[in-house]
Amino acid sequence: MSTGTTKLDVVVSDVVPVNELVTRFHFRRRDGQLLPTFSGGAHVVVEMRDGGRTRLNPYSLMGSPLDTREYTISVRRDDVGRGGSLFMHRSVRPGLEMVISYPVNLFSLDLRARKHLMLAGGIGITPFMAQTAQLAAEGGNFELHYTCRTASLGTYADVLRERYDRRIRLYHDDLDERIELDRLLSTQPLGTHLYVCGPAGMINWVRDRAAALGWPAETVHFEHFAAPQPGLPFDVTLAVSGKTTRVDEQQSLLEAIEAAGVDPPYLCRGGVCGQCETNVISYDGKFIHNDHWLSEEDHRSGCKIMPCVSRFEGRSLVLER
Amino acid sequence: MGITFRKETFRDDFTFKNSPEHIRRFPFPFHEDAYMYAVNIEPHVVGPKGSVLENLIDVDEHYVAEMQDRALVLAEDPLRCQSLPHMTLAGWDLLELLMEQQALGYPEHFTLTRDGDRWRWINRPLGIDDTFTFGDTSTLPYGPMEYITRQSQGDFCILDQRDGNLWMDAGMVTTQADWSLDFDIGMNFFEWHAPVPLAHEKGIFTRALKFLTNIQQGKPARRLNWTMTVNPRLDTSPENYHKWGPDRATVTPENVGDKVHLRVELQSFWRLPRSNGIVFPIRCYLIKMDELVTQPKWARRLHRVIRDLPDELANYKGLTRYRPTLVEWLSKLDDGSPTSPGFGPD
Repeated sequence: MSTGTTKLDVVVSDVVPVNELVTRFHFRRRDGQLLPTFSGGAHVVVEMRDGGRTRLNPYSLMGSPLDTREYTISVRRDDVGRGGSLFMHRSVRPGLEMVISYPVNLFSLDLRARKHLMLAGGIGITPFMAQTAQLAAEGGNFELHYTCRTASLGTYADVLRERYDRRIRLYHDDLDERIELDRLLSTQPLGTHLYVCGPAGMINWVRDRAAALGWPAETVHFEHFAAPQPGLPFDVTLAVSGKTTRVDEQQSLLEAIEAAGVDPPYLCRGGVCGQCETNVISYDGKFIHNDHWLSEEDHRSGCKIMPCVSRFEGRSLVLER
Repeated sequence: MGITFRKETFRDDFTFKNSPEHIRRFPFPFHEDAYMYAVNIEPHVVGPKGSVLENLIDVDEHYVAEMQDRALVLAEDPLRCQSLPHMTLAGWDLLELLMEQQALGYPEHFTLTRDGDRWRWINRPLGIDDTFTFGDTSTLPYGPMEYITRQSQGDFCILDQRDGNLWMDAGMVTTQADWSLDFDIGMNFFEWHAPVPLAHEKGIFTRALKFLTNIQQGKPARRLNWTMTVNPRLDTSPENYHKWGPDRATVTPENVGDKVHLRVELQSFWRLPRSNGIVFPIRCYLIKMDELVTQPKWARRLHRVIRDLPDELANYKGLTRYRPTLVEWLSKLDDGSPTSPGFGPD
């Protein structure tokens, strides 16, 4: 992988089960040096060598940006996904040598904000772990509203409550507790910025209500990583490099292109950063677009695809790669 | 072996000069006999020994004199250094970057010792030895950006990244080619580039912004830009136009070689780790025509570039008034023979 970000050679220093779905992984540099400084909201791409297959998944850094002796990520087990989280849960043990990317931040705090209002759903809590640590160290003004299914699945809710007390509000689905979103959004002081990370439905709900209540789009920030979805296998021809390859059920198009020895640029591998945007030369079939980068018009045109998260079903697909 | 710092001025009697070694390391910006805009951005990686790219932050024989000139500019006009309130964290990022790079490249001149957030910075050429707490502005005599950029050659713009754009929200700008931080502060990438001719039509800024917003930590990039300046004056700001603008009318066939300078900017782009901003150092190199033409290839090539430059560009770069005199003078050094590919002298 020559493209993307600079790589870091790390060793897994600890693996900590957090609850029945989430496990935390700690990484240190193999050479014993400090890791690069990062900013709250940043992610790293973790390379997983699983037998003959390589997966590259992005995970938010959740430690304090002030402590770069180690990086920590939390991975929620997804039993029906493509297997990246299962690999992390089953095969990654302390002492394993892995490769991760330099940190990249696509969910940055707006440091102009007079107040940071954060809304997290489920595992979407992870970027806020780092952001709250960063803000707390600078005396920043923040408030976090965190929705989880049950108290036992409220990953890090206890840690956050202990660190930040009343700045943290918890909502449990099983107790029918819901964020009173309209009231919350209507009672914020001028200069507040809103951040949301969670399931797609939650992000859309919050963005819609914020827009309806007159929040300027520049003050609403969201982390919308789509995980690549499995799907039917298909063949792809890479016209520039003169190669044809198969995309397996559990493989993303980008991973298949890389496995064929072609290295398109990438950063997020989640359909948001735009780096791997690829032109379609010809096709016979239908696209399954899962990205948040291309416009609807681009999606309809059949001229572009984001191979990190989007797929194809049909007879032939020729890409400009 | 350290650098021998020159005693020289960039104003009044203009004693600035390049030593023969510095002439050979000058970052001549033309790789062919013509010039047009391009998105000429490449990775900012270490280059050959003895070039200005030997270290990613270059310190040269003009360091002390440039820092003295900067102090004079700031004393007259403190608004050359500005940082909007949300940019302090980015200032600390920049302080770390410049201290680390200068100490790494020039250990005989600069030393950085870190013990947690307790830092000691020794700058021998300027006689500074300060101990401070990283992140605590009250422990430095200036804000972090101003403190370190009073000790670093080149101008520095710190850009905040938000809403898919870059915003000029902080900077130290005293060696600029006719633009003003005080005017541009708070503007976004398209706003501050609005005056540049031809490039908008070519879609250059849209592509450049896309590239810059994706600059990654640990992977800086760079490009060269150029213009010309009459007299070796670092501070060619709009604020002081009344001082340097009239110089353009003083060029004669007799004094071209001494008065006219090629001014090259080595611009680099770095992602800042804590603030997620971008810092854009603009390092200015000056060389007078008499020095430049000691390299016959550069003399021939510069003649062809200036002669064939589109009028809009010549005008934007402020050459129009003395271009005929300069081209005439350079033409005598161009025998029409081919020039070798690449930037360097033969």
